[in-house]
Amino acid sequence: MTGLPLLSLLVWLPLAGAVVLMFAGREQKSLPRAVATVVMAVQVVLALAAWAGFGDGPGFRYVERFEWLPSVGVTYHLGIDGLGLTLVALSAVIGLIAAVASYGIQDRVRDFYLYLLLLQTGIMGVFTALDYILFFIFWELMLVPMYFLIGIWGHDRREYAAIKFFVYTMVGSMIMLVSILALYFATGAGTFDMLAIAEAAPALPLAVQRLIFLGLFAGFAVKVPVVPLHTWLPDAHVEAPTPISVILAAVLLKAGGYAFFRISLPTLPEAAAAFGYFFAVLGIINIVWGALVALAQTDFKRVVAYSSVSHMGFVMLGLGAAALPAVSGAAEALTGAAYVMLAHGLNSALLFLLVGVYYDRLHTRDLNAMGGLFKAMPFAGTVLAWAIFANLGLPGLSGFIGEFFTFLGAYRTVPGLVYVGLVGLVLVTAFNLWTLHRVNFGPPNERYGHLSDMTARETLTLVPLVALTTLLGVYPGFVFDVLNQPVTTLLQRLAAGF
Amino acid sequence: MPGSMWLIPVLPFAASAVLLFFGRRLGAVLGPLVGAAATGTSFVLSLLGLLALRGGAPAYHAQIRWAEVGDLSIRMGFMFDKLEAAVVTMVTFASFFIQLYAMGYMRGDAKYNRFFTIVSLFTAGMLTTVMADNLLLFTLGWEIMGFASFSLIGHWFEKIENAWAAFKAFVTTRIGDLGLMAAMFLLAAQAGTLQFDGIFEAVEGAAGAWWVTLAALFLFWAAVGKSAQLPLHVWLPDAMAGPTPVSALIHAATMVAAGVFLVARNYALFEASGTALDVVAWVGGVTLLFAAVVAVLQEDIKKVLAYSTMSQLGYMMMALGVGGYAAGVFHVVTHGYFKALLFLGAGSVIHALHHEQNMHRMGGLFRRMPVTAVTFIIGMLALAGIPPFAGYYSKDEILLAAYEANSALFWIGSVGALLTAFYMTRAVVLTFFGRPRDKHVFEHAHESPAVMTVPLLALAVPSLLYGLLAPQLLGQPVHQWLAFGGHAAHHEPSSFVMAVATGVAVAGILLGAVVFGVVPAASRKAVISALRPLYTVIKNKFYFDELYQAVFVRGTRALAGVAGVVDRYVIDGLVNGAAALTVFIGSQTRRLTNGFAQAYMLVLVGGVVLGIIVFQAIGG
Repeated sequence: MTGLPLLSLLVWLPLAGAVVLMFAGREQKSLPRAVATVVMAVQVVLALAAWAGFGDGPGFRYVERFEWLPSVGVTYHLGIDGLGLTLVALSAVIGLIAAVASYGIQDRVRDFYLYLLLLQTGIMGVFTALDYILFFIFWELMLVPMYFLIGIWGHDRREYAAIKFFVYTMVGSMIMLVSILALYFATGAGTFDMLAIAEAAPALPLAVQRLIFLGLFAGFAVKVPVVPLHTWLPDAHVEAPTPISVILAAVLLKAGGYAFFRISLPTLPEAAAAFGYFFAVLGIINIVWGALVALAQTDFKRVVAYSSVSHMGFVMLGLGAAALPAVSGAAEALTGAAYVMLAHGLNSALLFLLVGVYYDRLHTRDLNAMGGLFKAMPFAGTVLAWAIFANLGLPGLSGFIGEFFTFLGAYRTVPGLVYVGLVGLVLVTAFNLWTLHRVNFGPPNERYGHLSDMTARETLTLVPLVALTTLLGVYPGFVFDVLNQPVTTLLQRLAAGF
Repeated sequence: MPGSMWLIPVLPFAASAVLLFFGRRLGAVLGPLVGAAATGTSFVLSLLGLLALRGGAPAYHAQIRWAEVGDLSIRMGFMFDKLEAAVVTMVTFASFFIQLYAMGYMRGDAKYNRFFTIVSLFTAGMLTTVMADNLLLFTLGWEIMGFASFSLIGHWFEKIENAWAAFKAFVTTRIGDLGLMAAMFLLAAQAGTLQFDGIFEAVEGAAGAWWVTLAALFLFWAAVGKSAQLPLHVWLPDAMAGPTPVSALIHAATMVAAGVFLVARNYALFEASGTALDVVAWVGGVTLLFAAVVAVLQEDIKKVLAYSTMSQLGYMMMALGVGGYAAGVFHVVTHGYFKALLFLGAGSVIHALHHEQNMHRMGGLFRRMPVTAVTFIIGMLALAGIPPFAGYYSKDEILLAAYEANSALFWIGSVGALLTAFYMTRAVVLTFFGRPRDKHVFEHAHESPAVMTVPLLALAVPSLLYGLLAPQLLGQPVHQWLAFGGHAAHHEPSSFVMAVATGVAVAGILLGAVVFGVVPAASRKAVISALRPLYTVIKNKFYFDELYQAVFVRGTRALAGVAGVVDRYVIDGLVNGAAALTVFIGSQTRRLTNGFAQAYMLVLVGGVVLGIIVFQAIGG
């Protein structure tokens, strides 16, 4: 494996696929599907290869570093640690599933897959870039294709949702860019290399650190999304076509948490400690508010969207608790937060795919119009139950592990907040079960008696996620093992900052 | 000791997986037999284990490394000692016969295979809970049971009430489970481990510490939810919406007793905190009396048994709370046998009467279904605590422990025993004796097929003999077998307690027989109307459901409604307002009207400029 630029392949292969599609006929359907599927499948193989060859020990792997614009200190610098590895693997799997799930798209198929592949390059880039300029380019590259994918292939209010998504995240990323530039100039290191800046930044005056930290926060928090900056999310989800919702929830939301982990905390540890409690409080607000609002929704997709808001709260809580000066527990909280990102990626993908399965048949997402669907669709109903219980954090399925360790670690520093979060879990249980209740249970629905159960293609996209959700719930050790190293490294940096 | 004791929980898991994937292909006979065979094998293994322990073999304990996070190293393992032996034999025995029984009871059900798949999963969950060597694995089994309970209460979810009963059960027990979570966080922080042995080691040097009490109370809160103790009991009566074999297995013999087991398993923590023990004792005491009172007026035969279960679980809690560790655990086991028997008997009646559950429409069924009637009466005598039936021994031990600890609790327990004998006699008389009150129902009544009566007979054996023969089976007196921490807390036998225990049981039965067998119904009605307010309160189960509905359910929904409105119109409204304002300013200044690409570039450049300004301001 040594000679192969694994990460570059992961990043640029989708772009190459997109370029190929540019030369394909506008009316082509099966070719774009095939190209995208092959590219995404190769990515899964590459990600698995990266995981297999990862090994133990500290530091980044598969590093590629070349001078790019030496005059201003921009480098082409890619590399992953354990966290990057898990998210790259997640992105690859979700990418493949989304590509297959998109076979149902009939309109401008070539363009759709072109944007999908571009998006994938952006995603892989964000999770592997170790240079700020590179990171920013990829960050924006996630934004633009997503805008078109929602705006062109979305539902009725797609333009509203797409513009809202675009403006929201763009404002965020502008402030982020300013902060990056501020970091660059303030440290005076003459480089945009993340690791080099992370070495220099802790020496900055605390006031400057805090200012930059807040600027970065604005950019990342929108992506997470942190309440009250979250309202673009339900709109974007509701309007986006199913596979795009899947990518949005499963992968794009993780970019925010990842950036906090990769950039904010290690680069500005003192500021992170100062804002740790703030983060933890925001996390709890997300958990409770997301669940509470989810309980009020009647649109299946909005329920799942607010469920994402709720779950991302665990990520904020874990990051915040770990950033606070603590005797112990930080490793558990951080590992938990990272695990939530992975688990939520799988669960939310599963749920959004299921929303699509029902929507394609019922042509409505109104939960009050459903009920009694189990009889016509027992397989879908069973998978839905599986997804719902994974989502509400049933031990044995993936959702529980991350939430459990986040709380367990955070309890050492912010026990009061954890108690509040536990009460939030009741709300999480309630809205999840109620959703299952409204879809599956009740007298067999006469109106929908003729519905067919899941097709082979739908099964193909869902079953791997069910399997992964279960694996992650039963044996998290193999993920902990790769997360251990980035968590330890980050904690050392944080400790040095105290 | 067989080295393969870990198979005990794993076999039912495997059976469940087989049924999930191939159940339909295996068919209506072979499918359930796979599940029963797995459970039966587990029973044999547990019996071998028990005999090995009897012969002096050391306890079984095997574990694997599962995960390392931070300074927490979590190993997953199973153990099998005397406590586990007593409980696992009961669980596997009951589960085995309940599965056989269900082959008859569930015959022709549309979701037949689903039923057996989940019953096997449930059994695996219960056995995991009992044999787990750490709190996390314990929780896994615990929650699997919760899931199975949810699925089976809602087995007939086409009727929406059943689905709501399932919902209520899961959410209510989940509220309890938060205690389990909180306890784990606290113990991980204070003891630095989630392994039981490690926790108990840490507790040893910390008796009376605040965190020991708090952790014990957290754990007890979870037990309160699972074992349907006040104030989290409201789900259990509704859970009777599930098929009756489920009520027998999950909501009588095993899962609900897991709450008691949780306290027993963590007894080192409770023993180290007087406060926690007092709370356990009093919650148990109040619950046992409350449920016994409510049971007296129930008309649904399953509801009588449900409240009876709640009441008996209260006895077990009280026993543990007053230091009667062996008595509490012993009652878990004996109650498991005879309550499973009673539920299956009730199921046999319900089956015969085409799902008629109201005892006021029954009567005179003894002649029609003698096996069911005789076995039911055996179960009733065991529950009432008549010697030499199994329940007598364990209840006598409980009252003895209470007598030595706290006379108020002793009298609560005695009054409860009187009521128990009374309401069970009422149930037996109304169901099996007297004249048939509903001709139509009676005409159709018939004895159940052998696949259902054989399990009744099988469960009648331990209901009759377990108390008497347990010392022979275990090779030592029960209180020594179940000695906590190696020292048997033996309570001196008291003839006074024995006399009271037997006296109230006999009195209750006589009273019940007279009131419901001799006194005409009109006189009963006269008494009821004389005591109308009291009757109404008890009949309405002290209005717990109404209170919770008004406060928690409506409150949460109202809060969610407000949050939904705030989210959409206030938070998002501000966003859209800001956007509208921007567009307005944009249209006025004509700078941002040339499309997104330009706007984007503009902001990008603006950002760079701003960055440089910030850089200048900071001073480089």
